[in-house]
Amino acid sequence: MTTNDGDVSRLKRTPLYEQHQALGARLVEFGGWEMPVQYSGILDEHQAVRTRAGLFDVSHMGEFKVEGEDALAFLQYLVPNDVARLEIGQALYTQLCMPDGNVIDDLLVYYLAENHYMLVVNAANIDKDFTWVQEQARGFEHVSLSNQSATTSLIAIQGPKALEILQTLTDSDLASIRYYHFVPGVVDGKDCIVSRTGYTGEDGFELYGASPDAVALWQALLTAGKPHGLIPAGLGARDTLRLEAGLCLYGHELDEHTNPLEARLGWTVKLNKASDFIGRDALRQVKAQGPAKLLVGVNLLERGVPRSGYAIFSGERQIGILTSGAPGPTVQKNIGIGYVEPAEATIGNQITVDIRGRRIAAQIVALPFYDRKR
Amino acid sequence: MASLNHPANLKYSKTDEWVRVEGDEAVIGITDYAQDQLGDIVYIELPWESGQTLAGEEKFGDLESVKATSELVAPLSGSIVGANQELKEHPEYINDYPYEKGWMVRIKLTDASQLDDLLDADSYLKYLQGR
Repeated sequence: MTTNDGDVSRLKRTPLYEQHQALGARLVEFGGWEMPVQYSGILDEHQAVRTRAGLFDVSHMGEFKVEGEDALAFLQYLVPNDVARLEIGQALYTQLCMPDGNVIDDLLVYYLAENHYMLVVNAANIDKDFTWVQEQARGFEHVSLSNQSATTSLIAIQGPKALEILQTLTDSDLASIRYYHFVPGVVDGKDCIVSRTGYTGEDGFELYGASPDAVALWQALLTAGKPHGLIPAGLGARDTLRLEAGLCLYGHELDEHTNPLEARLGWTVKLNKASDFIGRDALRQVKAQGPAKLLVGVNLLERGVPRSGYAIFSGERQIGILTSGAPGPTVQKNIGIGYVEPAEATIGNQITVDIRGRRIAAQIVALPFYDRKR
Repeated sequence: MASLNHPANLKYSKTDEWVRVEGDEAVIGITDYAQDQLGDIVYIELPWESGQTLAGEEKFGDLESVKATSELVAPLSGSIVGANQELKEHPEYINDYPYEKGWMVRIKLTDASQLDDLLDADSYLKYLQGR
C-alpha cells in the first residue's frame, strides 16, 4: 500500500510534546505543528469522549489579548457577532471576515474584564489573524493588542465525566458555569481560565493556563481521570467528534472563498447590531439575494467513505463538493459535510458522491449527525 | 518496531504487503507495520470476484482507515482465486489479525520468478528501520 506522510522537520511543538511521546502518540504535522493524531486509536478515543472523557492538548491554538477603552468598539467593528451582549465571564463564537464577507478565520471572543477581551483563533492562522487584527485596530486609538499564543497552554477535557473529573482538582463550582461561560479558577493549584466550551458535541471544559504549568496540569488531569476512564485523545478523534457534531473546521467548511451565511452560521452574524462591521454590506447583500452555496450534511447509502474534495452529483450534474468526511463511529454511518447549490440543499435529496471515479449513492441530511440532547 | 510482528515464513514487499506461498498459489495481505501505520481500518475494496487478474506493482484495491485512504499495491502478478469476503463486514480483522483472519486475496501465480524480488522477514525489518 502507499501512504503519504507530512514532513515533520522544523515544526512547532506545544509544552506537552514529551508527554505525547511518552504516551506513545502517533505525531503528525498539523498547521505547522507536530501534534498527536492518536494515542490508543481514533475509534477508541472517540468512543471514550462520547461515553466517559477524553483529554486533548490544543495548546497550538492562538490567544490574543485585546485591551483598552476602545476594545469593545474595535471588536464590534472586527467581527459580525454582537460583542456588546457579552457579560463578563461569557464567550461567543464568531468570525474574522474580509470586506467581501468571506472568512479569514473562525474564533471565540472571551469577555475577561472591563475593556479586556481574549480572542482564541485556529493554530494554522495565528500569524495571519494577528496581522489582520493589528491592521484593523489602526483606526482605534485606545486599543492595545498582545499575541499571547506562545505563553498560553490550552487543555480540553470533554465527555460526560469531564465535570466530575475536573471537580476533584478545583474549588470552582463547575456545575454553575453555564455553556459558553467561564470563570478564572485554580486547577491543581494552577491559575486557569475554566471555560465551559468545546469542539466535540459533548459537555466539557477548556483550561487556558500558563505554558510552564501545562505539563503538571496535564498529568494531574490524567491521574484524576484514570478511575473514571479518562484517556488522552488526539486530532484524529477531535475531527470525527466535531464532524458528527456538525461543527465547521477552518480550511474545510470555512475559508477565504466562503462566507458565514453559506456555512449556516447566520445565527452568529448580527447584521442589525448597532455597530458597522467589516463585511456587513456584503453579507447584507448575500442575505438579500440568497447565498451562492449552502452547507449540507451527507450520509452515504452504499459502502464507501466520503472525504474532503469528493464531488457531489444530482444525476449527471455536479451540484457541489464535500469539505469533510469520515466514518462516524457513534452514528455508525459514513458521513460528510459539504456545499451544494441552494436549490439542491433539501433534506432527503438523493445524490451521489464520486469516490475514486465511482458514483456512490448518498443523501442530504440535517446537521448535526449527533446531538447529545443538552 | 519491537512490538510489531513479521513472521519468518512469509515474503514481503516494499509497499508493505506480505505473501504466503502455497504451491503455485499465493495469499496476500498487509503487514503488521502497515496496519499499525494506518490505524483503525473501516473499509476495504478488493477484487471480490474470482478470475480477475492482478498485475504486479499495480493497484488492486483501496483501504479506508478513519483518517485516510490508502492504495493496495500487488506484490505479484496472478489471477484471483478468491478474496476474503469476511473483510466486508469485519475490516478490523486487518488490524487485529493481519496475517490470519485479515488475509485479503489468494491468487494463482503467473510468474514465480517475481518471488525472488520480494524481501524475507529480516530484510523487510531492515527496510522498516531505514524508513
